[in-house]
Amino acid sequence: MKSERMKAGRLTAWLLPPAFLLIFYFYPLGRVLALSLTEWARKGLSGWNWEIVSGAIRFTFYQAGLSTLITVLLGVPAAYLFSRFQFRGREFLRVAATLPFILPVVVVAAGFNALIGPRGWLNLLLMQVFDLAQAPIAIQNSLAAILLAHVFYNLSIVMRVLSAAWEGIDARLENAARTLGASPARVLREITLPLLRPAFISAILLVFLFDFTSFGVILMMGGPQFTTLEVEIYIQTMQFLNLPLAGLLAMIQLAFSMLIIAALTLSGRSLGVPTMPRVRQENLRRPRRTWEKVFISAMAVFLLTLLVLPLLALTAQSILVPDGSGGWQISLEYFRRLFENPRQSIFYVPPITALRNSQLYALASSALALGLGLLLANAAGGRRRLSRWLNWLVMLPLGTSAVTFGLALFLAFGMSAAAPRWYPLLIPLAHALIALPFVLRLVEPALRAIPPNLRWAAAALGASPRLVWRTVELPIIRRAAVTGFVYAFAISLGEFGATSFLTRPDIPTLPIAVYRYLNLPGALNFGQAMAMAVILLAVCTASMLLVDRLQLTNTAQTDKGELTDHA
Amino acid sequence: MKKVLLLGVAMLALAACAAEPATLTVMTHDSFVASEDVIAQFEQEHNVKVNFVLSGDTGGALNRAILSKDAPVADVLYGVDNTFLSRALSEDIFEAYDSPLLAQIPDELKLDAENRALPVDYGDVCINYEKAYFAEHDLALPQTLEDLTQPEYAGLLAVENPATSSPGLAFLLATVAEYGAEDYLDYWQRLRDNGLVVVNDWNTAYYTNFSGSTGKGAQPMVVSYGTSPAVEVVYAGEELDESPTASLVGRNMCFRQIEFVGILKGTPRRALAEQFVDFMLDTTFQEDIPMNMFVFPANPQAVLPSEFTDYVQMPEQPAALAMAEIEANRDAWIEAWRQLMLGE
Repeated sequence: MKSERMKAGRLTAWLLPPAFLLIFYFYPLGRVLALSLTEWARKGLSGWNWEIVSGAIRFTFYQAGLSTLITVLLGVPAAYLFSRFQFRGREFLRVAATLPFILPVVVVAAGFNALIGPRGWLNLLLMQVFDLAQAPIAIQNSLAAILLAHVFYNLSIVMRVLSAAWEGIDARLENAARTLGASPARVLREITLPLLRPAFISAILLVFLFDFTSFGVILMMGGPQFTTLEVEIYIQTMQFLNLPLAGLLAMIQLAFSMLIIAALTLSGRSLGVPTMPRVRQENLRRPRRTWEKVFISAMAVFLLTLLVLPLLALTAQSILVPDGSGGWQISLEYFRRLFENPRQSIFYVPPITALRNSQLYALASSALALGLGLLLANAAGGRRRLSRWLNWLVMLPLGTSAVTFGLALFLAFGMSAAAPRWYPLLIPLAHALIALPFVLRLVEPALRAIPPNLRWAAAALGASPRLVWRTVELPIIRRAAVTGFVYAFAISLGEFGATSFLTRPDIPTLPIAVYRYLNLPGALNFGQAMAMAVILLAVCTASMLLVDRLQLTNTAQTDKGELTDHA
Repeated sequence: MKKVLLLGVAMLALAACAAEPATLTVMTHDSFVASEDVIAQFEQEHNVKVNFVLSGDTGGALNRAILSKDAPVADVLYGVDNTFLSRALSEDIFEAYDSPLLAQIPDELKLDAENRALPVDYGDVCINYEKAYFAEHDLALPQTLEDLTQPEYAGLLAVENPATSSPGLAFLLATVAEYGAEDYLDYWQRLRDNGLVVVNDWNTAYYTNFSGSTGKGAQPMVVSYGTSPAVEVVYAGEELDESPTASLVGRNMCFRQIEFVGILKGTPRRALAEQFVDFMLDTTFQEDIPMNMFVFPANPQAVLPSEFTDYVQMPEQPAALAMAEIEANRDAWIEAWRQLMLGE
């Protein structure tokens, strides 16, 4: 009887994630494509302009490729920094790197503008120091602005995914090679890099897909001369209501995404070298040599400039209030005004409420993403081909146009007067779909790396599969799972494209509240929008630091490994 | 893991409980705002709950109504403007309603003879300028659209892409009204040669490019709304005697957007929908419009707030185009504009 029940349980675990994808991804997408085809048959294809489409395809690949290249080039040393060295401010920097994810593009654009806009502080400083007549940094509406924003948003993906794998590499392998006389370069070439390859490919894939379907950054920071497939889909859908063309473009985009995912998934095949799970932070040590200290300082300055300075610029804008005589003063006026509703607007929400809505959505979607991710990773355990398939399938939502996906959700689940009632349920589902690839990419390799003899030993001692899972596997992959959870949380907080189709004015989230203030001119509206964004940042920083801290203490309690030196 | 899943399910259930039963559903755009007590008054008088569905920008809300016309998501659609009205009419999403309140509304705002779409408010899309910049540089204000091609205004104007922005489209239509469908592209070519800056959305144009806003951008002129100078005073965050910005209101320099409300076809609550449309056209709601959405009420009996009379300039002659002409050519005009302005 017991084994019957276990079988049924395993079957559910097997079927749940694919069923979820089928209902909430493939079915809606099928609806939107069917509508495009019907319209195509009825009205024919109009507005097809090969030059615009081929130009959009070319530029989409160009900007995504270039953005990914730069992000990876900068992300590798950052990952090295975090996986090898212990230094002050390490945890803060790690968390700060994840923060861009939760910020709406409009807020990021304001932050960059305050820094490097024509009258931005950095520009003013440089003009003062070097006695220049014109602002030396001028990147508004340029490719540089797109690249900068993409690096700003996605650097942490490379950092986290790569450093998670790097930290997990058994340092004894490298040490053994060194003892046997291999040069550091050879160790890097023959041990470290091959072991890092799957994580490396995962990072490239995630960043590329994000850049490939990027929308807000292209639209707001790049400007009208840059058209990607995603922007063209948006224009054809929202402006021209040209569904045949929009559907065709969405299919082209999806086809390219599939190819990219397939190619990278195949090349990312794991080496299949299970390594003993390592004690957290075992490989971490304080810098000793001069070059190490220089490296750490340089990286810290770089990361602070790229990731923290724009956030500080935002914060400054939320506390600099006109003093009534043409100057500025520091005040919490904008924050205070967030709690007032001077016009008795029906849509006013206190920031606390918006924050709570955002957090609830994010909590629900990250729990869902983590649950599904663990189920999927478990189901795929050991079966290579299946695991590749699932990996491939789960990646698709990330490579799908947010505009198309949002429209698809609306067509599939929004077509009745009662539908808005379900929006609060649909939003976490949509977010979980987008976050799932991250969770899976983090959890699955960790699970696969567990040497089977650990499971066998536990089983031989009489542990049921469930007990093995709870006492052996789960503790080992906890680090990866928590990182996945944090990512899913951040993604849900920041996601705007797909869910803008599903928002309800009575349950606004923080990004939506920010946008609402920016609908109107006025220093007060702008200041309040920034104040709202700062609240979002502060709460997220606090909760992420807390998660990091929890993770640390738990591990420290379970295994007290000694920090060894590997010089 | 089970706990995590349970937690997720609990969260979802919790979120679902927040939903409330809706009786009358009004679909509108994201910029819609009204006062709580005004809506509550309607709800009490007619014993209903009004449920608002905000559906993106003007085009987004209309598109959603069109896509769901076989199974209407809402009873009433508010916020279609005259640049998109003919799409709504040709897609046949509205039921005609001869509201008694229409008698109070000026004829020039009524664009649909069958009263399927009833005018609620109007506002002008105009070029805003930073007063201080023109004073400091001792620069005369442009009086016509043609003036903007003069060298003294080179690089001083930021406009929005008509393919992605509603004020951008309105300004494009103003230039078509001034120069005609044959010559408007020549005009844009001259603007482009004169260092015109084009961005995708109003937010970027206003907050990043415009020097008169908090963003302190590089252009002292921006395509925005005729009421923006008043909003700058209301939401200054400090007491201001006058607005830091003003509008250029020369002939054909502004385009008048008129917003309409209509009863969606197939609503099972026709009587309630009619009552809500009447309510929107009556003075209580009409007087609530200006300070919430910063547009003018369509009903002249509504008393305007002093901020409007003090800080909003009315255009000498707003640009006008026949609705049929807009519908027939809108997409082609935008496409041609994109080819010219965004090509190499």
